[in-house]
Amino acid sequence: MRYLNNIIGHIGGTVLLIFRSLAFAGTLPRQFARFMDQCYLIGYTTLPIVTILSFFIGSVLALQSGYSLENFGTKQFIGTLVGLTMARELGPVMVAILLAGRVGSAITAELASMRVYQEVDALVTMNIPPERMLVLPRLAAVVCMMPVLALIANICGWYGGALVCQYTHFISVDSEAYFNALKAYMKPRDIVDGLIKAEVFGFVIVAVCCYIGLDTRGGPREIGASVTKAVVASLILILVLDYFVTKGLLMS
Amino acid sequence: MSPHFTATPFMGKTVGVTVSHLNKQYGRNVVLTDISFEVKPGEIFCIMGPSGSGKSVLLKQIAGLESPTSGEVSLGEFAASDPATRDRVRLALVFQAGALFNSLSVYDNLALFPREHRLGSEATIRERVRHALAILSLEGAEKKFPSELSGGMKKRVAIARALVMEPQLLLYDEPTSELDPVMSATLTEIIATLREQTAVTSIVVTHDRDLAFSIADRMAFLMEGKLRGVGRPGDFKNPSDPKIANFLNPVIDLKNPRFKQMEHSHE
Repeated sequence: MRYLNNIIGHIGGTVLLIFRSLAFAGTLPRQFARFMDQCYLIGYTTLPIVTILSFFIGSVLALQSGYSLENFGTKQFIGTLVGLTMARELGPVMVAILLAGRVGSAITAELASMRVYQEVDALVTMNIPPERMLVLPRLAAVVCMMPVLALIANICGWYGGALVCQYTHFISVDSEAYFNALKAYMKPRDIVDGLIKAEVFGFVIVAVCCYIGLDTRGGPREIGASVTKAVVASLILILVLDYFVTKGLLMS
Repeated sequence: MSPHFTATPFMGKTVGVTVSHLNKQYGRNVVLTDISFEVKPGEIFCIMGPSGSGKSVLLKQIAGLESPTSGEVSLGEFAASDPATRDRVRLALVFQAGALFNSLSVYDNLALFPREHRLGSEATIRERVRHALAILSLEGAEKKFPSELSGGMKKRVAIARALVMEPQLLLYDEPTSELDPVMSATLTEIIATLREQTAVTSIVVTHDRDLAFSIADRMAFLMEGKLRGVGRPGDFKNPSDPKIANFLNPVIDLKNPRFKQMEHSHE
């Protein structure tokens, strides 16, 4: 019961933090430098790992589906399968998982350390709301960067799949046939749905990581504990939200 | 270092502080019990007491960083725990460890407040920051980061950051802890001279006897979460309260040390 109370308390705290931060949305233009810093951290520094991982995820997906579809004589649909899976599911989920592990942990560590070493208290006494200075620029940056990262992940995954299809002897589907199949059965809506999912995941991850960071009390040990908590909570939320957002999008 | 100050303009009048029947507890742990006192505008008020007596917790209630379990803290006519009070009363808190922003340079630490509150152009802010740095003899430290500073310099930067805010109420949490005697004396002079020149109400939490007796207009003794006495420094030269007397003039007795007495009392 106490555990459940804690979870409800944390959800309430995160929602409150989001609303408090968005109340300062008007200050975003004069926080442009901070916003750009966060865009750099969330977008640019995550890009190399997103590129590499999505390329190989697309490749493995093509490899596995090529191996399976060969039994049914439907190899010509590999492009469709890889395209749809990357755009609707693996692209956004993989980018979200990378964001949680790489950026989410860094955000929590930074804010928890600021809390423990009284920098957040110093901001409060200076009448500078931490939500305005520390949370809002991060939320705005993730909203801008997530669709970009997810789109790049899709493209890298598609090309990874194309390369494998072309050069793997038991698949042997050339790039043209692969991309024709991809284009034939994919609608713009599939890509948009994936980007919406990425957006939701990114926003929730950053909000949760900010909340857990700012909620930290104690010393250096608690900073580490908060980082672990934030990453675990983010990963669980990604998978839980994935189901509900996907269902919502498919039904709409 | 001998501080030479020039008067800094204040945005508003200095404010007094009223603490009435303040109680604070965390869960079942009672930290402060029925604390009441008043600090007059422009006064230097020292809160003394041994470690763990609740001094810093009391300061947090005054700064509005925490809400009391019961009772009230007023800054002028406004409740300290009300977030809206921060728009009406400008207070600065010099934290024990400085609480400087580690990712910002000394200059940016000082410029943060005026920039965030848009108190003038960048040129005006630069002038204001340089003035505060000069007051605390920190010229040349602008580009350094907090990790590159000594403990004494961090405290001076923290005071300079408070000065840039031009506060109506200045709170110090153990300003001389972890400092050598010369640096402690320097900071004591700085606190007194700042009040003299700017009439800012100052509340100093400390267990530094020399600091408190040399600059306090009035002082309070906090022990085990309770107020043991409030008065002028002269009132405590020969205190009648044995606990205050023991705190101010501890006798070092190597034949019958205190920790042995504590062991016996626990048995």
